[in-house]
Amino acid sequence: MASPSPKSPEQTEKTKQYDRQLRLWGDHGQMALEHGHVCLINATALGTEVLKSIVLPGVGSITIADDKTVSDDDIGNNFFLESSSNGLNRGSEALRLLLELNPAVQGHAVQEPTDQILRENPDFFKAFSVVVATALEDKTIQNLAQHLWDINVPFILCRSVGFLGSFRIQIKEHAVVETHPDNEQTDLRLDVPFPALAEYLDGFDIDGVELKDHGHIPWIVILYKAVQKWQISNTNCWPMSRKQKNEVKSIIEEFIRKDENGIPINEENFEEALRAVNTALMPTFLPTNIQNLLYSSAATNLTKESSPFWIMCSALRNFIESEGKGKLPLRGVLPDMTASTEHYIKLQNIYRSQAAMETEIIYRKVQQIIAQLHCENISEGEVKLFCRHAHDLYLIKGSNIATEHQLGGTVAAYISRYLEEPDVMMVHYILLRAAEMFRSEHCRAPGDWEPEGDIAMLKTCVNKILSDISCSPFPKDDHIHEMCRYGGAEIHSVSAFLGGCVAHEAIKIVTKQYKPVNNTFIYDGASTNTTTFTF
Amino acid sequence: MATGESQTPDYQQRKWQNLRKLLERSGPFCHPDFEPSAEILDFIMNSCKVLIVGAGGLGCELLKDLALMGFKKIHIVDMDTIELSNLNRQFLFRKNDIGLSKAKCAVEFVNKRIPGCEATAHHCAIQDLDEGFYKQFHIVVCGLDSIVARRWLNGMLMSLLQYNDDRSLDQSTVIPLVDGGTEGFKGNARVILPGMSACIECTLDLYPPQKTFPLCTIANTPRLPEHCIEYVKVIQWAKENPWGTTTGLDGDDPQHVAWVYEKAQERALKYGIANVTYRLTQGVLKNIIPAVASTNAAIAAFCATEVFKLATSCCVNMNNYMVLNMADGVYTYTFSAEKSPDCVACSNNTQVMEIQAEATLQMIYDKLCEDQLYMMKSPGITTVINGRNKTLYMSSIKSIEERTRDNLKKKITDLGLYNGADILVADVTTPNTITIKLKFIENIDVEMSR
Ligand SMILES: [Zn+2]
Repeated sequence: MASPSPKSPEQTEKTKQYDRQLRLWGDHGQMALEHGHVCLINATALGTEVLKSIVLPGVGSITIADDKTVSDDDIGNNFFLESSSNGLNRGSEALRLLLELNPAVQGHAVQEPTDQILRENPDFFKAFSVVVATALEDKTIQNLAQHLWDINVPFILCRSVGFLGSFRIQIKEHAVVETHPDNEQTDLRLDVPFPALAEYLDGFDIDGVELKDHGHIPWIVILYKAVQKWQISNTNCWPMSRKQKNEVKSIIEEFIRKDENGIPINEENFEEALRAVNTALMPTFLPTNIQNLLYSSAATNLTKESSPFWIMCSALRNFIESEGKGKLPLRGVLPDMTASTEHYIKLQNIYRSQAAMETEIIYRKVQQIIAQLHCENISEGEVKLFCRHAHDLYLIKGSNIATEHQLGGTVAAYISRYLEEPDVMMVHYILLRAAEMFRSEHCRAPGDWEPEGDIAMLKTCVNKILSDISCSPFPKDDHIHEMCRYGGAEIHSVSAFLGGCVAHEAIKIVTKQYKPVNNTFIYDGASTNTTTFTF
Repeated sequence: MATGESQTPDYQQRKWQNLRKLLERSGPFCHPDFEPSAEILDFIMNSCKVLIVGAGGLGCELLKDLALMGFKKIHIVDMDTIELSNLNRQFLFRKNDIGLSKAKCAVEFVNKRIPGCEATAHHCAIQDLDEGFYKQFHIVVCGLDSIVARRWLNGMLMSLLQYNDDRSLDQSTVIPLVDGGTEGFKGNARVILPGMSACIECTLDLYPPQKTFPLCTIANTPRLPEHCIEYVKVIQWAKENPWGTTTGLDGDDPQHVAWVYEKAQERALKYGIANVTYRLTQGVLKNIIPAVASTNAAIAAFCATEVFKLATSCCVNMNNYMVLNMADGVYTYTFSAEKSPDCVACSNNTQVMEIQAEATLQMIYDKLCEDQLYMMKSPGITTVINGRNKTLYMSSIKSIEERTRDNLKKKITDLGLYNGADILVADVTTPNTITIKLKFIENIDVEMSR
């Protein structure tokens, strides 16, 4: 027998290597990642663990800024340092070993302290898609955060002490089109069928269908017919209440064919129609969060500097107000359902064509805006993606870490509210901050040499923070004692957990897919607790 | 290494300073039994034996994590060899390593990077190692993608349990199992104390049912691109045997995948179905689970922290199941999975199966496959009649399957089974034969018609 030799489709070395992640963020997500440049300040165990999970999936380039020299305890908890690294620059050593993971990634090391870079070459940071920093002093954190806020570069600050860890994302504004929700709402428009759909559904004669094809009618048709029948005695009404929906269900049950003994024939599509009554009859509406987004000033007052996201929001709003008649563009996705191929494909094409038509209208609106503003072009692919996910658009408006650290604005009230509960994770947050304050004042970690002696001094730091936010001191010293016990130790598995999470968030920010943490994540490895705060 | 330290024992070196702070100091949140001392790190380094099962995405991370948490006597077992698609997360491997043993490569790398680490590799299936092997470990940590293998390993650890005369558990036979798993941006981790807390078999309902497509849809009414691919895989391949009757479809052979892809495209075109892609074809053929470095890193580290707690008693372990979702923010949820009193693997009770006297062997077989308690893959059923073993049904060996196939249709009473009879069941999901006592119940339908 002659061996078949089919044409092998284009499968590059790269798509093979990245196959498992391309299934999550797609080729376009990968391309965004490969254009990303991530900066790490301080190649501690936490720092290198972050970079590890960014280098492996193939970020464009990394830069490590670290002026420290490798010590024995660095080697003890950091996989990207080796015995021979002792005494050498930590960033350069870590960079060398990290780049071995993926030859496609570019790397640079800068041996200057962050304060000096901020003073002498603040533009250094403009090149990055995101800056990740760890083991910084409080003052440096504030200066760096303020600078990155001003130049609009996303910043992730992370900490790892003993069993405790945290990261805080500072990003002025972050829009996500592809949020990848677990349960995507279906968008079927049965209550407001567009002309092509109405024509198809109205032309469908359920009773005229032969028995063998009866089990192949898509449930959408069954449901639509049942509601129409229901509307004969409920004019100008849409089934909303449980009672009304049950009435629709009874009508569907009447549709089911019976055998010669009057026993209903089990047909999967009718079962599906009955199950769909509760979800698919939800009226088509414009979700409030999307409405707020579309009418926010960024979307209504476009300038030449407006991002593609806001330009598309503006075009979308215009569509909703005119052609869309108050509705979002059709999603154009038909869920799988029991049906003959012919029925299903026909229905699928009806939804797809309508969605394509509406996308086309919005694309033209986008082009008009671009022509008016003389700004950079937005591709049709981008607009398509935007319309496809218009129901799930997501925007984070971030806050400044410098403000948080000065306990300004609403931060004090926010913290004290959690402390009153009392929320132990907020206590951990205070301790992490207090330990940083201690380090600034005493140039070492609390409990670095011996724990008991530092309890009183750390308590002073804790109380300073608590009094700044008008909270009373903690009734017990146990968490302060625990922090002193840690003595500034960085435990590898705690850092590795956080490193995985921070890398993940950095990738979300660079690819603009999936919702990142908003904005502070706290982890306690001892009690295996995690939580998210929004400062 | 600083010269002044070359004489001091390893666990006293400055290199391990971070761990020593945790282990040589007491704190208000420590485990009640925790006694801080230098001996704990000494134990981790020189006595505590840990087995890592799987040297893939989780296994590589676990090996690194545990080695940097002071563990030295680490064994790692994996039968797989390195592939290009592993390299986006299995960070101990390079392109030059493709085709080599995962376990061996991982061990070589970590032993070199971390002086003093004495990891040992086993390039074989977990089923090739016996009780004596598993018995030597203090803790087993598992990072597998196969549910069957995970269940087998769980069964092995449960079978090591011994009970005292008063039926109480002999604590010295308990080997804790820490288990991690990931899928895309989601994962889970759990701590199992065999015989004491919920085991893998106790909570089989936590695994989502496998997605399958009905044969009639694939053959007659395809609607999705997956249906077309599945058709070529299940029906067309066997019909056309493109590489001859002796060559089965191999999802790892790019020629095979390309053939399926082309045929699926033809079928899709015929039915007007869009979006059959090469990537999708591969995904359906190999049942590929998406995977990314970051999720693996987080889950493995979480497991490593629990291993460290078990080995040092420095704090209480999590109780006992954690789910992680990194798709929408980063979210964890911990709950206590409950031990099932009837668990096939970890309860010390006699297994009883209620069945009608009129039942056929097929009904027992189906129960073993479908009942949440068993969820077996291809159980082999034997019994003992008059002191002699009798095979009732076994599908794993072709000649026996053919010889015993007819038994499935027979009534169990015609096969010599009776109320109170024991059946012995073997399956890939467990290393041990399970004895199940039959308990006849009245047929309710018969009762009503009387
Ligand atoms: Zn169990």
